[in-house]
Order: sequence, then C-alpha cells, then structure tokens
Amino acid sequence: MASWPTETKYISHATKRVDGPVKVTGRARYASDIQADGWLYGMILRSKWPAAKISDINLDKALQVPGIKAALKAREGEFTVRFYGEELAAVCGTTKQACLDALRAIEVKAQPLPFVVREDDAKKDGAPVVWEGQPNISPGRPNSRGDVDKAFGECDAVIEGFYTTPIQIHHPMETHGSTTSWTDDGVTSWASTQAISAVRNNLAGALQLDQSKVRVLTEFMGGGFGAKLDNSLDTVLAAKLSRQAKAPVRMMLTRFDNALAVGNRPSTFQKIKIGAKADGTLHAFEMENYGTAGINGGANIPAPYIYAVPNTRVNQFTVRVNAGASRAFRAPSHPPASACMEAAMDDLAAKLGIDPLEFRLKNDANAVRQREYKIGVEKFGWKEKYKKPGSSPGIVKTGIGCAGAAWPAGGASRQTQGEAQINPDGSIEFRLGVQDIGTGTKTVIAVVAAEMLGLKPEQISVKVGDTHFPPGPGSGGSTTCASVSPTVFDICTKALEQLQTQSGIADARGDNWFAACKKLGVTPLTVHGQWQQGDQARPLSSSPAYGVQFAEVAVDTETGLVTVKKIVAVHDCGLIVDTLTLESQINGGIIMGMGYALYEERVMDDLSGVVLNPNFETYKLSGIADVPDIQLVLLNMPERGVIGIGEPATVPTAAAIGNAVFNAIGARVGSMPITPAKVLAALGKVPAAVKA
Amino acid sequence: MKKPELENSDILGAHSRRAFLKGLGTAAVTAAAAQTQAIAAELEKVNAEKVVGPGAVPVTLKVNGQTLKLDLEPRVTLLDALRNYSSLTGAKEGCDRAACGACTVLMDDLPIYSCQKLAIEAQGHEITTVEGLAKDGKLSAVQQAFVDRDALQCGYCTPGFIMSVTALLKWNAKPTVEEAIHACSGNLCRCGTHPHILQAVAQASGAEVTSKTEVING
Repeated sequence: MASWPTETKYISHATKRVDGPVKVTGRARYASDIQADGWLYGMILRSKWPAAKISDINLDKALQVPGIKAALKAREGEFTVRFYGEELAAVCGTTKQACLDALRAIEVKAQPLPFVVREDDAKKDGAPVVWEGQPNISPGRPNSRGDVDKAFGECDAVIEGFYTTPIQIHHPMETHGSTTSWTDDGVTSWASTQAISAVRNNLAGALQLDQSKVRVLTEFMGGGFGAKLDNSLDTVLAAKLSRQAKAPVRMMLTRFDNALAVGNRPSTFQKIKIGAKADGTLHAFEMENYGTAGINGGANIPAPYIYAVPNTRVNQFTVRVNAGASRAFRAPSHPPASACMEAAMDDLAAKLGIDPLEFRLKNDANAVRQREYKIGVEKFGWKEKYKKPGSSPGIVKTGIGCAGAAWPAGGASRQTQGEAQINPDGSIEFRLGVQDIGTGTKTVIAVVAAEMLGLKPEQISVKVGDTHFPPGPGSGGSTTCASVSPTVFDICTKALEQLQTQSGIADARGDNWFAACKKLGVTPLTVHGQWQQGDQARPLSSSPAYGVQFAEVAVDTETGLVTVKKIVAVHDCGLIVDTLTLESQINGGIIMGMGYALYEERVMDDLSGVVLNPNFETYKLSGIADVPDIQLVLLNMPERGVIGIGEPATVPTAAAIGNAVFNAIGARVGSMPITPAKVLAALGKVPAAVKA
Repeated sequence: MKKPELENSDILGAHSRRAFLKGLGTAAVTAAAAQTQAIAAELEKVNAEKVVGPGAVPVTLKVNGQTLKLDLEPRVTLLDALRNYSSLTGAKEGCDRAACGACTVLMDDLPIYSCQKLAIEAQGHEITTVEGLAKDGKLSAVQQAFVDRDALQCGYCTPGFIMSVTALLKWNAKPTVEEAIHACSGNLCRCGTHPHILQAVAQASGAEVTSKTEVING
C-alpha cells in the first residue's frame, strides 16, 4: 500500500543534518570554494549610470594589466543600460587584484539618459521612460465582485488606510556566482543555484550548446531565498571568459553587486478601504495597489488575501523604475499581501471595538487556521496579554498582534525522479538532481530511505546537485521536500522488491539488509524511481500549508525603537519528516519576516539613481541580538503526507509585528520597515518624512 | 589562561595609535600630523619602515599549526590568502568589508575578520581556521554542538559563527546568554539559525539547553 508507515523510527523524529559534519569543519565545498585546476578570478564591470546609452567599451588597457587573461563586453554593439549596476563588461585574471586593476582600466563611452527611481515619480506624466515607447505604469487589471459602493453604504464601520511595504533584497550569505569551465568537451559549472536544471538549460541556450554538453554541479550552496532560481548573466560571462582564457573562471559577485542586479522583492503601495457590519462580519473591500519590481517583473499581490469578503474591488499596477529587476523571493507576493491586509484588519477591529483575534476567528473561514489560532491563543497567553490599542502605560509600551498565512503551493513537482545504487557490501547511494539550499534536502532523503529500508540515516549516502543525476525540480515554492520524499519512497519500494526477488530473502529490510545485498554477487543493483501520489486517502504528499503567528513587542516612545520580545508560531506541517531541520526553517522564516517588518529596505537616491545601501553596514539584516524568544507549535498531520513549510513560515511575521506595534502605541505605522523615525512620526513627535 | 589586553595589543590591528596611523591614507595622516609634533614623530617612524610590493613578496603564515609559504601581493588579505592560495576555503567571504563575519578566524586565539587583515600583517601570529578545530577526526565540542542542535542551515556563515563561539569559550567557559549573543554579534546569518546557535553555545559550555518547540500529533 503506497502510504507512509504509521509507526516510524526516523520520520517525524529528530535526525541531525547529515551534512552537518562537513559544514562545521569547512570541508563542504560551495561554488565559491571550487579550486578547479588553473582557475582564474573573474569580475564584472557594472554601470555607474542609472540609465545610459553605451556607445563604446574599450578593453585594450584592461587586457594589458599583468595577470589578465581575457576580457569581454557584456553585450556587443551599442546598447542601453537601464539601472545602476547593470553589467557592462567582464574580465578574468590570475588574481583578484589584477581584476580590480583591469576593471578600472576599462574605458566606457556613455551618454547618460534621464532616469527615474521612485515609484511615485515614475507614475507622473512626463517622467523619463524606463523602456522606450512604453509607459512606466502597466495597465491596471481591475477585478471586482458584488456591488462595492452599495456595500460600503451598508457597513457599520469603514476604515481607509495607505499601507506600504519596501523593496527587500535577498542577500544570501554566499553571493551569486559560479566557477565555470568551457572546454572542447563542453561546459561544467559549479554554480551557487537553486535550480541546476534551469541553469543547465539556460546556459546551453545562451552559449548555443547542446544541453548534453553542459553540466551544472551544486553540492553546497550558501542560500538563495528565490533569487538563485534564475540563471544569471554572470554564469554566461564566466563561461565565455573561460572559453577565451582556456581556464576555469571563478566568478562570484561582490556583496555590492548582489544588492544591485540579482533580484529583490517588489515594493507595494496599497490604498485599502474596508468595511464590516456591527457584528464584525467583513462586508466590503476596495484596494488600489502599485509597486515596482525595477525594470521588470510584476508587483501584484493576492487581495483581500486570506479573507472572503462578499463585495470587493481591486486594481493593481506595476510601475517600472530604473533599478534592478525583481526575482522570486520566499513566498512571492504573500508577505506584502499579509502585512497590509492584516494591518487593515486590525485598524478596522479597533474602530469596531473588537478584539482583533475575535475579528479574525469570525472572518477567517479556514478550518486549519481556526485550529491554529485556538492553539496559539493558549500558548501565547493572548487573553491575559490583550489590552486596547494605545492603553499600555509608561514610556516603553508593550503590545501584541497576530496574523495568518496561506501558501497555496508547497506540494510536489510530479516529474521528480531519482535513483539508488545498492552495492553488494550493503552500502547504498541515492542520486537526485535536486539541490539542498540549506533546507535539509539531503537529510530528508536519508531519513526517508532509512525508514523505508530499516537502516540508519548515516548508512545512507546521498548525492544531489548534479545534472547528470535523474532530474528534480528547482528549489522553489516550498516544493522540494514534498517532491523528493515520495520519490525516495518509490525508489525504496522498488529496490526492496528487486532485492527480495534477486536474493530470495522475503524481507530485505533492517537486519536482513546486508545478507540480501551480499547475494547480489558482484553487480550492484540500480533502481530508478519517481514521484508518486500514493493512496488518495493518505497521500504521500499534498498542499497547501497554513500558519498563524503571534507577536509581542516593546516600543520605546521616546526613541521609537521597536523590540520584538516574543513570537509564537503555529504551523501545519503535514507529515513532519525531520523535526530539527523543520524547526530551523520556521525559525528562519520568522527571523527573515522580522527583518522585513523592522529593518530591511533598499534605499535609492532619486537624484543620482544609485542604491544607497548596497552592503551589510547599511542594509540591515536581523542580528542575533534582535532575535526574540521564539516558540513553535508544529502540527504533525501524517494523513496529509509531506508538505513544504519554508515559505509559509515567513508570511505572517511582519503583519503580526506591525499589529503589535499598533496595539502598543495606538497609532498605525503604515509603512514598513517600522523604523524609529516612523514610530515617532506616528506618535506625532517628529514630522513625517517627505518621501511617501 | 589570561585573555590578552586588547587596548595594549596590536593584535586586532585597530587599537594602537601606530596601527591606526598605518591604516590612514597619507593625506589624512599629514593633516593629523600637522596638529601635534608627537604624531609627526611617530609618522616618521612608520614611514621609515620598509615598503613592500607592489609585486608579489614572500609571505609565511602559520595556520592550524602548519607553515604556509606563499608569494602574495602585499594587498592580498588573509582571507584571500587562505581561500585563493591554499586549500583552506573554510573561512568564507560574505561581504569583504568587516560586516558579516563569515571570514572569522582566530589570530592568537582572538577572533578577527580575516578580510580586514592583510596576509603580510598576519605573519608571526598563530592563525586558526575552522579546518583546524577537529582533532584526529573528532569534532570539537563547539562543532559537535552545532551539528547536534542544527545550528546551521545553508552553512555558509557557520565557520564564522563557530570561530566566534570557539573564541568565546576559550576565554569564558561558562558564558551567559547575553555574553553568547555579544560574542556572535559580529556574525550574520541570513537563514535565521540564531535560536539554534544559542542552543549550541549552551550545549558546548555545559549549560542547560532549552527548547520550547512542541509537536502536536494529529
């Protein structure tokens, strides 16, 4: 029967990350650690203009710098750059210092063009256009249901608010890049990517090579959060430089590069009007949203997010500006949707004089979140802690808030495949063409295999991150765990069948494993498997995922500083595979969400068009001293099979913190990140910043 | 063992006036020198030191008890010397400007950002990288605690955190949570592994490890 065992030794227990020892000893080799024979250092020259016509790039002097082996233009002929940091040229050489010297020696003839970097400026008539012949603002996509104008007239309480979320930059600790080698035999790229197959295919396309001539390897990579799902130009440039220089090229972006050109989460500017009946039933909703994804991409979000409102009118626009394009970012479009809708919910609850938790229970039809709220209320002590907004005494005021999340994906990629090689000595190796981006994919494979085969996780050798292995999905959408677990289930099921047939041992698991393998003689058994749905009633994997989070904050009304004291997170996790790595992922989602609420924002200078905070001194990530007391409640629901959790965990955090700040000070800081200056402005202690 | 006095030591490179002067550009130093004769005299002494480079010069480093003989341009950092001129890629580059801590190594048992130390300045000091912690294939207590508590996700910041915690426990065997936080404040982690890192510090220092995570079945 194709369903998970009900009694388990490893699944749903705590197994230590199988690649922990190589990561803590420095033996794990990331893309940036690869030292291929004769490797050269690669670097990219980037535009210092936010918009310019590039008429000529002269590489002659760069090529004369001692140690430089090759140089090339990012594009041939005349071209236009549309953001500060766009690629112009690339060099490779024997040392980093030679490359730095060479970048300075490249001569660029450019005619600067008018540019615009602020959303509000880009919307204006007569604003410089980012793309010739195209308006900066996309046509709206109006969407409505019911008679909204009439419905607002029927409401007993209506609020209107303007809520905004910032551009957030992914900033994985390992920057984007690769070590790439192009020889007559083809291309090998050790890439820091979340999607080896996509990089393989895109690289083959860009270099006009057969896909079979390109191999992408990602044994270890230092984080991506969505930005590394896309193939970057840097990998293509590294390959071309390698071809010219006849040597492998290690092309890792600098931290500055990483802030400019390889993605971000779009901003949103949400004008929300929402109304309810006196009993707290949501009745009408209207939203107009615009945001920017830089030169490309969309900024639309789901609205009115997780709530069913009978009368809704939504219109959304994407605004183009001269800045780096967006890329998928952990739960794309959900954190901004949650941050603003949940803020409007609390503002409306306050006007109605209702406890915002009660307001949610009344309007959130989802049974899983209803259960999660009820569990969380007890763990968090909501009823004891709740007081009316702004009623906290003293200079440092405390407040609480909550918010819910939905993640519709999180299911499986049905094309996932894998194989295992079982050797006569009983050793076994799994090979799957997926990546472990830090989520614990290798550990998941080992845990599932150990459970199915009656072995220990440390007896399972796991190899991932190689396009020569059977293909798997890119690590996006929280799909990897739900993709690989049933695939390994299938491989193990088939392996046992074959092993039992070949060996004549009725049950080859556990104690019989080695005896059965020995009967293979000299030829290893290789077994191919693929993702399976399993029993309908108890599937091997499913989706979606939900979650609720509660936040407690302290707000210093003299300095404006917000300190998060406590987070309680309740998430449904389907069949938990490994509690340890699961905990890590949820902690990480919360901490990233906290950064979104309080610290993170790409700041651009509208006069020069440059990113003002392209480094870690000025772009603030949550540090260890900022991290609150985090309490997790994990719902293990084996009947649902394996689901993904990486993304839902980060969705509601910012909203819960924002609502806790509102509860503490009784004034809404509608703009994230909630900086001290904005808190003081909301309290009327300093003037609001001019910028929207 | 007594922890070296940072104020009187040149170890961190930034705490002595001499090192400070060395770190300034000539123009800034000239302006400062105009103010007091004492500084001018010191400046003269600094300038009298032998100028090396710009070409490669021999550099001898002592890393994890082994001697590394390298030819490096004087502007090569200790981090780049380790990562690009030896096989010691455990220390990572996250920012190359003293903001993320992924490059943390020990110099004479104190944690430093190896991206901010020139390799030539590291000569004569004992350098320890993450590769030098396990003895005879056995993980150090800190490394083992990081594995046991899952104090890592992608693992890229991990060597830096491990070096910071290793240094902390060398000088303070029983740190408080606040001291652990302080010791790790120079390290960034984007995966958000911090709660488990604090658990690992607790385990490695023999303190009680508390977890509030609860699993509800069904």
